[in-house]
Amino acid sequence: MASQEAKHTISVLVENEFGVLTRVAGLFSGRGFNIESLSVAPTLDPSISRMTIVTSGDERILEQITKQLNKLIDTIKVIDFTDCEFVERELALIKVQATEDTRAEVLRIVDIFRGSVVDVTARSYTIEITGAPGKIQAVVDLLKPIGIQEIVRSGPIVLGRGHKGWNG
Amino acid sequence: MKKTGSQILLESLVLEGVDTVFGYPGGTVINIYNDLLDYPIKHILTRHEQAAVHAADGYARATGKVGVAIATSGPGATNTVTGIATAYMDSTPMVVITGQVPTPLIGNDAFQEADIVGMTRSITKHNYLVKDVKDLARIIKQAFYIARTGRPGPVLIDLPKDVQIASTRFSYPETVELRGYKPTYSGNVRQVEKAAKMILASRRPVLFVGGGATASDAGEDLMSFAELIQAPVVTTLMGMAAFPTGHPLALGMLGMHGTYYANMAVTNADLLVAIGARFDDRVTGRVAAFAPKAKIIHIDIDPTSIKKNVRVDLPIVGELRDVITNIMDRLRSDAAQVQAFPELTASWRSQIDAWRSQYPMTYKASDTVIKPQFVIQKIRELTARDAVIATEVGQHQMWTAQFFNFCHPRSFITSGGLGTMGFGLPAALGAQVACPDRQVIDISGDGSFQMNSQELATLVQYKLPVKIAILNNNFLGMVRQWQQLFFDRRYSQTPMELPIDFVKLAEAYGATGLRATRPADVEGVIRKALEIPGPVLMEFQVDREENVMPMVPAGAAIDEMVLAS
Repeated sequence: MASQEAKHTISVLVENEFGVLTRVAGLFSGRGFNIESLSVAPTLDPSISRMTIVTSGDERILEQITKQLNKLIDTIKVIDFTDCEFVERELALIKVQATEDTRAEVLRIVDIFRGSVVDVTARSYTIEITGAPGKIQAVVDLLKPIGIQEIVRSGPIVLGRGHKGWNG
Repeated sequence: MKKTGSQILLESLVLEGVDTVFGYPGGTVINIYNDLLDYPIKHILTRHEQAAVHAADGYARATGKVGVAIATSGPGATNTVTGIATAYMDSTPMVVITGQVPTPLIGNDAFQEADIVGMTRSITKHNYLVKDVKDLARIIKQAFYIARTGRPGPVLIDLPKDVQIASTRFSYPETVELRGYKPTYSGNVRQVEKAAKMILASRRPVLFVGGGATASDAGEDLMSFAELIQAPVVTTLMGMAAFPTGHPLALGMLGMHGTYYANMAVTNADLLVAIGARFDDRVTGRVAAFAPKAKIIHIDIDPTSIKKNVRVDLPIVGELRDVITNIMDRLRSDAAQVQAFPELTASWRSQIDAWRSQYPMTYKASDTVIKPQFVIQKIRELTARDAVIATEVGQHQMWTAQFFNFCHPRSFITSGGLGTMGFGLPAALGAQVACPDRQVIDISGDGSFQMNSQELATLVQYKLPVKIAILNNNFLGMVRQWQQLFFDRRYSQTPMELPIDFVKLAEAYGATGLRATRPADVEGVIRKALEIPGPVLMEFQVDREENVMPMVPAGAAIDEMVLAS
């Protein structure tokens, strides 16, 4: 059994019911599993929510995580994207200091990464950027020296490539 | 016709076949208690909500039926927490109903408000807050279904007072549709086939039986299985009564206070077939050294139990009886091979017999001071074969497991997973309500007994003839034993300095109290207690510093046992 810690992305389809987020989050904290990010919203069927969880752990822990998630009565399906192809996207909103000397540089970076400016003030730009988490991180690293005032990241969401996934 | 929430609750309980509930009234369940008078449901008023839940637990363990407990909101609800956690750890089917403040007040820190759904989320199989009376019937139906199917467990329903009062048209659903809950009952055919092959290839097989065998009433199939392949059987504390201790293949309990021969068998086995056991740390000792030579087949209805603590070579998820029967069918499909198999493992069984005669389960007898093990053997000798034995938690619990020689399914009711002191008396109470014609005995220590001794009142009120045997050593004995062995006899807070007159305590409640101070008194006291029709408390003043042996020290491998202190 491999004991290497690795990142894993899991989608969990759950009953869109009162308290379901706490059940999932509580399961992770109660059993000492990590959550690196978690995003959740309803699916096509409003009675079902889809969570995307990024977690880390070795193979044994990942197996326990998927089994424990499946054990929750409100869990309809767990999709583990380890060892399979998937599309991954994250959204970030970044408020960057934009003084006269830096405005052009910020816009250039936004342009290169195909982001857009969604709010402008005399002293700042708010940038919207989407992409794989690595791309977001690259933008963050470039903007940091210029001066990031505030940042919010959605955490990644994923869909399996091809037929891997869920209908709805 | 429209019915109120509390009527719907009670009507649904009746439809679920519930004839007895354990509980304690209060402000937010007053409507339920008012309507209770109109329904054919017997209510047992315990003296503490924790005891109500333990009693429902004992009721469920003695019968396999779903136990039901009711408590009010706030402190009533929080008092149920230990009971629910106990049931969850030992997979008892149970439905707990708590009152809640009216929905408009939820979140306002109202009088007697507690977020019991939040608190019990991690100790229930599932729980519900009912916000609309229209959902109530469906939720009750689901709660019972979830509690009793798959790996059983407690389900809590939190029922706000305004929902109890609101009314709606009542129709009880006939079926349950839960898209997220579909337990696997049938073991995978290929896995079953592999299991049969692994069994036939083994030369030193051991069956390792846990509480799942009791939960699924798999005792008979287990017996046929063990006899078919002539494999020795070790059990966990929870699996004890599922396989009769007197059987030639039975090696008793394994683990921390297991028998020498059970632990040696597991350590030297080349195949371990785990049947409804979850490889608790009290069983495995140091995991890396557990069953080091064995391939492991793990049969369990709960996939999360598999590969949680130990590596497993062949997992089979399914209902035990189904899987065991299928494995046997598979084995029998080649009659010659299966008939020849026991011969191949004969030397293994004689090795085990050698271990058994080398270090049998024993203790040093005495003529002057009562040995606790002696009391347990005497109780065994003098009670009915199908007597139900409940215990509290500590030394007396381990001695009971070691020396009682259980031989009847569902005859041993003990808090194995959570290890809840104060469990035994209320659990015995619940078992006696469930089985009025069976002898029910709570074997207790003086420490545990005092955690729920108020339930003597309940026994007397309902004329429940539970017999209580307190092995009184004026110590919190198990902790004292650890302090003796690992903390240089520094007995920090374990002597129970105030000697209690347990006989007078029993009498104060209107029960009978008996006392034995010398070995010669023991038999007489037990005989007398069994003859008295009502509840009797027997106090045995036992050897104060007797230890539970053998013992595997924490962190050691299970074959690294201390055999005597």
